Amino acid sequence: MEIYLIIMLVLMILGSFYSLNARDLLSAVISYGVVGFGLVICFLLLQAPDLALVQVVVEIITLIIMIAVIKNTTKEEIQTKFSPQSLVYLIVTIIFTLLFLFIFERMTGTLSRFGDHLTRMSTAYIYGASETHSANLVTGVIFDFRAYDTLGEATVLFTAVIGVLTVLRIKGKKKEEQE
Amino acid sequence: MKGMSLIVQKIAQIIAPVIFLFGIYIVVHGHLTPGGGFAGGVIMAGSFILQILAYGQILPRLRREEGGLEFLESAAILGFLVLAGIGLLISGSVVFFADFVNKGAIGKVLSAGFVPIENVVVGAEVCAAISTIFIALAVFNDEVSK
Repeated sequence: MEIYLIIMLVLMILGSFYSLNARDLLSAVISYGVVGFGLVICFLLLQAPDLALVQVVVEIITLIIMIAVIKNTTKEEIQTKFSPQSLVYLIVTIIFTLLFLFIFERMTGTLSRFGDHLTRMSTAYIYGASETHSANLVTGVIFDFRAYDTLGEATVLFTAVIGVLTVLRIKGKKKEEQE
Repeated sequence: MKGMSLIVQKIAQIIAPVIFLFGIYIVVHGHLTPGGGFAGGVIMAGSFILQILAYGQILPRLRREEGGLEFLESAAILGFLVLAGIGLLISGSVVFFADFVNKGAIGKVLSAGFVPIENVVVGAEVCAAISTIFIALAVFNDEVSK
């Protein structure tokens, strides 16, 4: 199973590289979709159908919105010229990447292997979720004793919609339209 | 955004109610099968988006829909808070999201306390939010180009 996971991860990395370098913005968006749908298959391989369901639906909606945006604007990507300033950015990026890789390697060395959980919270979650009498343990967790988190997520979505309406609505609502 | 050809419109007319029904199924069975409020809400919003893409924008109608969806979204998130508040009151000011509904047998549709109610509320909120964003992109783009 791990070999399939590695194949999917390599495909996702290739897709994201292509979407960075594509000339046409439409093909960039489509190759970005490779990342999302690859993530769906990774979730299915890791036996997380809840996450896979959310991811596949959100991915489709995001792709539709991005393709609609590209159809209404332009397909050409703006080309930037190479300047001496960008060399400084490149060097700084490489230095920080190496630094973060070093820190990541030091930090993950102390953790247990991927998949072996030794946290006591996981046991508490499993027994607590079975007390909510919900057959789907994930929903039992996120809607019962982690419901405060769910309230936060819903508030984030609500705020996003208010932001979109505020930015996009140029003309105000007229009084006779409100009825 | 113009509408698409007659074939696409007819197929969308047949498919969209089925997608909406599937979203309702995912929301209502959220505590039994994979899925829940978030996934089901986005699926329901997908049926709206399919119809808008197929039929193009009929501006006055979309504008009316947008007002209703905003109201639904605000009402749903308020309902979620009210549920939390009722739990707080019933449990005697101890737990914010206290489960106050009778828990049934595991595996039935009406079970798991207030988890199904929360699923329905969150599903309505997510459906209204995603549809509002898409309708806003469709409607206000046309207003600017006029």
